[in-house]
Amino acid sequence: MNTILEVNDLSMDFGGLRALDHLDLNVVEGEIAAIIGPNGAGKTTFFNCITGICNPTEGEILISPPGKKRNKINGLKPNRITKKGMARTFQNIRLFSNMTVLENVMIGRHCRTSSGIVSAILRGRSTIKEEKDVVDFSYNILKKTGISHLVNEFAKNLPYGAQRRLEIARAMATEPFLLLLDEPAAGMNPQESRELDELITRIRDEDNISILMIEHDMKLVMSLSDRIFVMDYGRKIAQGTPSDIIKNPVVIKAYLGEDIDA
Amino acid sequence: MIKAREIKKSFLVSIWFMFLTFPIMVIRVNPIEKIVEWRWKNMLVVGIGSFLLSFVWRYMLKKKEAGEKRAETGESGKTFLIQRILEERRFYIPLVTGLTIIAVAFPFIFSMYQTSIMTTALMYIVLGLGLNIVVGLAGLLDLGYVAFYAVGAYSYALLNHHFGLGFWSVLPIGAVLGFIFGVLLGFPVLRLRGDYLAIVTLGFGEIIRLVLENWNEFSFGPSGIANIDRPGFFGIQFSLQAASIYLYFLMIGLVIFTIIVVNRLQNSRIGRAWIALREDETACQAMGIDKTRTKLRAFALGATWAGMVGVIFAAKTTFINPASFTFLESAMILSIVVLGGMGSILGVIIGALILILLPEYLRAFSDYRMLLFGAIMVIMMVFRPQGIIANIRRTYKFNE
Ligand SMILES: Nc1ncnc2c1ncn2[C@@H]1O[C@H](COP(=O)(O)OP(=O)(O)OP(=O)(O)O)[C@@H](O)[C@H]1O
Ligand SMILES: [Mg+2]
Repeated sequence: MNTILEVNDLSMDFGGLRALDHLDLNVVEGEIAAIIGPNGAGKTTFFNCITGICNPTEGEILISPPGKKRNKINGLKPNRITKKGMARTFQNIRLFSNMTVLENVMIGRHCRTSSGIVSAILRGRSTIKEEKDVVDFSYNILKKTGISHLVNEFAKNLPYGAQRRLEIARAMATEPFLLLLDEPAAGMNPQESRELDELITRIRDEDNISILMIEHDMKLVMSLSDRIFVMDYGRKIAQGTPSDIIKNPVVIKAYLGEDIDA
Repeated sequence: MIKAREIKKSFLVSIWFMFLTFPIMVIRVNPIEKIVEWRWKNMLVVGIGSFLLSFVWRYMLKKKEAGEKRAETGESGKTFLIQRILEERRFYIPLVTGLTIIAVAFPFIFSMYQTSIMTTALMYIVLGLGLNIVVGLAGLLDLGYVAFYAVGAYSYALLNHHFGLGFWSVLPIGAVLGFIFGVLLGFPVLRLRGDYLAIVTLGFGEIIRLVLENWNEFSFGPSGIANIDRPGFFGIQFSLQAASIYLYFLMIGLVIFTIIVVNRLQNSRIGRAWIALREDETACQAMGIDKTRTKLRAFALGATWAGMVGVIFAAKTTFINPASFTFLESAMILSIVVLGGMGSILGVIIGALILILLPEYLRAFSDYRMLLFGAIMVIMMVFRPQGIIANIRRTYKFNE
C-alpha cells in the first residue's frame, strides 16, 4: 500500500483561533477515506491548507503521485498543486455560473493542455486538435458523472444535485490521482445521495482515483469509506474503519452520540 | 388596476420633482428689465410629466422583475432573436452581405466629414473590443486604458518626428510598445482585486498623461506634436480626400481583424480561462489556472490593441497632445463596453456606434447631449445591466 498523501503535524491559526491543531493524516492509494466531525471542526480548513488556498502555520504536506517521487507541497500555489494531481470540490458550490456545463469541465483541462494566445489566434491544426480532444474528454466525463444531457446549459441554471455533480466532473477533468470532495452530498435528497454513492465508487474503481471526502451524511460515509478520520476542535480524535469508529467511545461522545441510536 | 397607493406614490414623486426643478425651471431673472419671471406653466409640465413617467418606470421595473423570475425558474426556453439570427445561415449570410455593401459604399456616398466620423467610430469599436478583453472577458476593471492608447499615439508621433519613420513600420512598433507597457504596468497592479485595481489603473493612466504633459524635452508638453505624416501606401502620399478614404478602409480592415481575433480567443483555452477568472478567482486557481499569468495576458493583449489604435489616431489627426488622453476617454471606452454588453463582440460594436455617432448627429441639441448620455446610462444600468446584447456562449453538438 503506497501512501499518496501524508500530512504531518499540520496547524493553522486564524489570528487567535487555532483551526487546525497538530493534525496527522494520510491517504493510501486506491482507498476512499472520509473526514467527519462537528461543524467548525476545521475540515474545510484542512482542505484549504492542502490545496494551497491557505498557508498552514506549521507542519508539512507531502504527496507521492503514483509512479513519481515524493515531494513537499507546502507553500505552492493552488494551481501548481492541482497540476501535481490533487483536485477538489467546494462545500459552498463554486462553479463558473455564466459558463456552460461543458465549458466548466473544459476549464479543468487547462492545466493538461498548452495552447497560448498566438496559437489560439492562428488556430493551426494542432490547436484545433487539442481543442477537439478537450471537448471530447470533457464530454466523456460528463457522461460518466451522468449530466451529459445538460452540456449546453449555463451552470447557474442547473438543479442543485447536478451542480454538485458538475463540481466533481470539473475536478476530474484535471486528471487527479486524489480527489478531495467537500460535502458532496450536502443538500441532496436520499435518492440523489444513493446515486452519489454509486458515482464515487465508480470513480475509484474505474478511474483509479483515490478519494478523500468530508461528509456529514453518516449513511453515505459508513457505506463508502475504507477508513474514517474524526476531527473535533482542529484535532484528529480518532481514526479507523467504519466499524471501529462506530464503537469508539470518544467519537460517540464528541460527535455521533444520538445519531447512532436513532 | 391602478391602486390608490400607486397614485399616491406617483403624486409624491411629482411633488419632489417639482421641488427639485423649481429653481431652474420656474424662476428666471431677467437682468435687463430687472424683474423675476415666474414660469408656473413649466412647473405644471414637470409635475404632470414626472407623474406619468413614474407609472411607466414602475411598470417597466415590474416587467423586468417578472422576467428575471421566469429566468430563475428556467421557464424561458425561448432563444433570443439575435442569437437565432447569428446561428441560422439564411439570416446570417444576407445580413453580412448587406453590411459589407454598406461598409464599402459608405465613403463614396457620404461626404468626407461623414467618413471621418465613421472612421472615429470604427476606432472606438476596436478600442472597445480591446478593453472588452480586459473588462468583459477577464473581469479586470481597468480605468486607465487610455494610457496605452497614448503610448501608441506618441510612439508614432515621436518616431515620425525624430526619425521620419512611416505609419506602416510604426504600427507594429506601437502594438509591441502597448504590449510592453501592459506587462510593465500590469505586473505590479494585477495582484489587486476589483475596486482597488480600478483605482490604481486610474492612477497609472493619469501618471502617463501627466508625464506627457510635463516632460517637455521628450513629448513637447501640452503643445503636443504637429505635422505627423498621414499613412502612405508603398511610398505614395494621398490627397486629403483619398487619405481619409484610405484610413476608413484601413479601420474597416482592423475592425474585421480584431473581431476575428477576439472571436477566436473567447472560445479558446486562454479565453475560457479569462472568463473563469472573472466568474470565480478561487475556484479558477483550484482548477489549475495560473491567476497572475492569465490576468497579465488579458491586460497586455488589451494594451496591444490600444497601442495599435493609438498609432492610427496620431496618423488620422496629424496632431496629438496630452489633452486627447484624459480620463474621460477611458470612461468613454468603458461605457462602450458596459453599454454594449460585457464580453459580447456585437454588443461592443453597437455600443460604440451609439455612443460615438449619436453625439455627433445630436449636435443640434448639444446643450442636452450630456444629459441624454447620462440618462441612457442610468436607464441601461437599471433595466439591462448585462448590456444591450448579453454575452452568448458557444454551444456544442454531440451525436450520441
Ligand atoms: N478564512 C478564515 N478566517 C478566519 N477564520 C476562519 C477562516 N476559515 C475558517 N475559519 C474558522 O475556522 C474554524 C473551522 O472552520 P471550517 O470551515 O474548517 O469548519 P468545518 O469543519 O468545515 O465546518 P462545517 O462542517 O460547518 O463545514 C471555524 O471556527 C471558522 O470560523
Ligand atoms: Mg466545511
